[in-house]
Amino acid sequence: MNVFSRAAPKKGENFELRADLNSEYRDKRKDAIKRVIANMTVGKDVSGLFPDVLKNMQTEDIEQKKLVYLYLINYAKTQPDLVILAVNTFVKDSDDQNPLIRALAIRTMGCIRVEKIIDYLAGPLQKCLHDENPYVRKTAAICVAKLYDLKPELVLENGFLDQLNEMISDSNPMVVANTISALSDIHTSATSQPSTSSSDPAIFTITPTILNKLLIALNECSEWGRVAILSALARYETDDEKECEHICERVVPQFQHVNGSVVLGAVRVIMIHMRKVSREDFNKQLIRKMAPPLVTLLSSPPEVQWIALRNINLLLQKRSDILSNEMRVFFCKYNDPLYVKVEKLDIMVRLANEHNVDALLSELKEYASEVDVDFVRRSIKAIGQAAVKIEAGAERCVNVLLDLIATRVSYVVQEAVVVMKDIFRRYPLTYEGVIPTLCANLEELDEPEAKASLIWIIGEYANKIDNADELLNIFVDTFTEESYSVQLQTLTAVVKLFLYKPDTSQGLVQRVLNTATKDCDSPDVRDRAYIYWRLLSTDPGAAKSVVLAHRPPISLPRTTVAPALLDELIGEISSLASVYQKPAATFIGQGRIGVDSMQRRGADLADSAKTALQTVAAGQASENLLDFDDEPAPEQPTGLAATQVLQQPAAKNFLSGTSANPLDDLVSIFGGASLSSSAPIASGAPALDPFYELSGVSSPTAAPSASKQQEDLLGLF
Amino acid sequence: MTSLIAILDLKGKPLIQRSYRDDVLPSYIERFLPLVLDFEEEGQQVTPCFSNQGVNYMHIRHSNYTVILALSRRNTNSAEIILFLHRLSQVLVEYFKELEEESIRDNFVIIYELLDEMMDFGYPQTTESKILQEYITQESHKLEIQVRPPMAVTNAVSWRSEGIRYRKNEVFLDVIESVNLLVNANGNVVRSEILGAIKMKCYLSGMPELRLGLNDKVMFETTGRTSRGKSIELEDVKFHQCVRLSRFENDRTISFIPPDGEFELMSYRLSQAVKPLIWVEAAVEHHKGSRVEYMVKCRAQFKRRSTANNVEIYVPVPDDADTPKFRASTGSVQYAPDKSAFVWKIKQLGGGRDFLMRAHFGLPSVKSEQDVEKRAPIVVKFEIPYFTVSGIQVRYLKVVEKSGYQALPWVRYITQNGDDYSLRTALDKGSAPIVPM
Repeated sequence: MNVFSRAAPKKGENFELRADLNSEYRDKRKDAIKRVIANMTVGKDVSGLFPDVLKNMQTEDIEQKKLVYLYLINYAKTQPDLVILAVNTFVKDSDDQNPLIRALAIRTMGCIRVEKIIDYLAGPLQKCLHDENPYVRKTAAICVAKLYDLKPELVLENGFLDQLNEMISDSNPMVVANTISALSDIHTSATSQPSTSSSDPAIFTITPTILNKLLIALNECSEWGRVAILSALARYETDDEKECEHICERVVPQFQHVNGSVVLGAVRVIMIHMRKVSREDFNKQLIRKMAPPLVTLLSSPPEVQWIALRNINLLLQKRSDILSNEMRVFFCKYNDPLYVKVEKLDIMVRLANEHNVDALLSELKEYASEVDVDFVRRSIKAIGQAAVKIEAGAERCVNVLLDLIATRVSYVVQEAVVVMKDIFRRYPLTYEGVIPTLCANLEELDEPEAKASLIWIIGEYANKIDNADELLNIFVDTFTEESYSVQLQTLTAVVKLFLYKPDTSQGLVQRVLNTATKDCDSPDVRDRAYIYWRLLSTDPGAAKSVVLAHRPPISLPRTTVAPALLDELIGEISSLASVYQKPAATFIGQGRIGVDSMQRRGADLADSAKTALQTVAAGQASENLLDFDDEPAPEQPTGLAATQVLQQPAAKNFLSGTSANPLDDLVSIFGGASLSSSAPIASGAPALDPFYELSGVSSPTAAPSASKQQEDLLGLF
Repeated sequence: MTSLIAILDLKGKPLIQRSYRDDVLPSYIERFLPLVLDFEEEGQQVTPCFSNQGVNYMHIRHSNYTVILALSRRNTNSAEIILFLHRLSQVLVEYFKELEEESIRDNFVIIYELLDEMMDFGYPQTTESKILQEYITQESHKLEIQVRPPMAVTNAVSWRSEGIRYRKNEVFLDVIESVNLLVNANGNVVRSEILGAIKMKCYLSGMPELRLGLNDKVMFETTGRTSRGKSIELEDVKFHQCVRLSRFENDRTISFIPPDGEFELMSYRLSQAVKPLIWVEAAVEHHKGSRVEYMVKCRAQFKRRSTANNVEIYVPVPDDADTPKFRASTGSVQYAPDKSAFVWKIKQLGGGRDFLMRAHFGLPSVKSEQDVEKRAPIVVKFEIPYFTVSGIQVRYLKVVEKSGYQALPWVRYITQNGDDYSLRTALDKGSAPIVPM
């Protein structure tokens, strides 16, 4: 292609452009450059005009110069041999009288990622780092990071890193801010390289001296500079309590900044350094000051609100007292985008307590009559969660649900039935009076989950419902047409019915077991039917103790991410990790993180693997918590968080390989490394994992069993 | 940190783009819209940030037609990037009035310049449009005049250039309070907040030092002074970057060197309970399959000496309503089918007054079974000049400049509706009566 494009075209647009680019009139040439850039913008290939555009580089017209530079940035790679022609002008420009041109030259050179240019960059960069004009210095600082990205050894050879470190003391706050950005950027690139040792000069450690300079610059620089400095402050490590208090005090005024990312940056720094402060009144005061700015973020554009809400969600899991009196500000506005409404719902439930449950319910009821089906369903789910969470409000929740069922809108009724099932599980034997109303809607249910829920309720209360056999008969008749989850529930419910009323339902149970074992194509259903069959035929007493066993009551988890991960994410507030609520390793590119580095950082990995696993398990558990768990459950709950997680259906999903996204992520990070590293994770978990000790979940007996189960899980991939 | 920024049209095609790093190829831009469509198809929400195959997509919507997209491979500071994208759209709007396909195509040269100046290697730089306009302008520069970076770009005072001169030194302050409130079907206020903003127009010479005094309760308390008259408790205050935050933290003094011209000095929020300034309720009589009738009552619940201007009351009606007939005791009424509502406009509504209007619509005789009724709230827009709900007052504005000139401050107050002043008080006749507060 190059051959063609370099041979001068005889006609067409590029031919005309070429003629104009070589015109003797200045205006015509400039106009031609503009047209070239216009073509570039719409995606036409104008790389063939490279030498002709290049001729126009040396000009007094700064706009034209910028256009030519822009062209160079885009096409230098296609013509690496010709770029050398531009070097002269660049070097000259970097010595221009006008600081704007000097900065422009150095900025553009850093963007042209061609080796030949890079070799000529060191000289001008050296000069610009010491330029008298701060505008040039701030541009040069960033340029060092650009150079490091291309050719780290060149940065080291020329001592640019030392110079950057000196520039932290620059008199100009903007220069300081960009220097910090550059050093942090280099730090990130260096740490993602496998071969970096902790003594690598590219590692940017923040010393107490640097800390003081940063705290001073923080008050003087522009908003984006503050963001950069705050991220650096978040990385500062100290065990000195006084110092932590000092940092918090200096950062608190940033809560009043108009830029939301400065506010979130300040929240992050304070949440990190607050951990080391033991004075509870001091921490309380910080938390109190944090609430109003967080609420104000809700008056931002919807995208910013969403980021704020995701972070508030995390903060609430860490400190539930932050916004305890502010539930009403999270009420949805009619015109909020759905992604904002969904986050608000979640936070509203988190903030619900017995004092505000009435306000919450009347609001949720209102949402349940809106048009968006997805939102309506989530609102009804939220009512169920509120009922499970607040015992004192449960009855009112049930009444609202009954009102909703009375609307007879199909999806409202179905969702309400699903939610009722959870309420029955949380408060057994309390709301039996509702059952007739639910059963009256039997015919309207067409979604498997709703059907399964109702069948479960019927089975559970088979001894109280007079016509339970009639009702279940309906489902047994259509058994083979139902989806598997409904089949499983029907099976269990009929067996329960039989155990309660053996006299009247012998025929029914026989029929369902027959159908399930003979005509059903799901191995799960068949297996369960066989188990029941054998149980019932060998020892009905044992069957009773298994099938009608006491089930652990469900509860709403206070956190949806595991404690170890939560601390990690709190330390990442305002970043993508905190927004996705996943550790960064699960979504950032895999390119630079190879197997070698994973092995080298074995201990680290064990931690991050654990956190990742916990995320997945916890995420699954939270999704499934309100699902069924009415398998015959021979093991008694141990009451330990770690093992309980795995007893939840999550574990079942996990093993059967049906889980969704998080598992994929997990496979993708551990895909390469899991074989080599699974051993340290499993055996080292109790000893290595510092989070375990921190979070206090672990007791000597719990850890081995947890790690054993995780070993099983790891065995999967 | 971001690797690439692109402005996309409705079809997901990039109108203009700029790469800052080469770890994300521009071809990923084209994947954005298909991914969004996939999400929608699977019934997932499209959130402002999502990740796919190691690339993070962060985007904002500008109006309904344009998307600004940023891509990155790292664990980026998402708050920073999303806010930067909003700032970028603001700057472009200030440059070109509107941000749409045409204005982008016509001004690509300047947009490239701005993208180059506002961000370097993925890190936001100067985003103050007033400062940018000093050295990136639409008129091409004559050879004789060489532009230089304004001092302000790197000054500690990055928002004001030196050497500004005015013959008459004046400052205008506008205190604007927007009321957001939600009234439920029982007539109770469920949620209310006041979002206040103090906007300034500054025509002052030199480098003036300004100090603003408000009737801020916390300030009175910390300085131990007693206030004459009412003082108010600002729940959260946000300042323009010119205000010295540490000073405010120490003794609640608002001191600053202002930018030149128009800007928003500060904003504040109060979540005190607000009585609805304008109360509206509607009784709806549905005759399924033939017609629907509305009786709307509106009352101005503020002091007699104030007047609300340009009141607009939006009452929702079914999507398929037709042949509107209106009768109002004041103002004019229009049907706005695009909003599924009718609008009752009252030019001037005196405090304490109340008015009635009636509306009548035809409905199609056939109605689909599935149709769920939408229950949008009644929305009200208004402006009440010379009045603030919170009672905030500017006590003084001191201007000190080394040349010692006298400057005149002017203050105006106004209260208006926020973006969410809604009442769920359109009720079917026969259901529980509304108990107004």
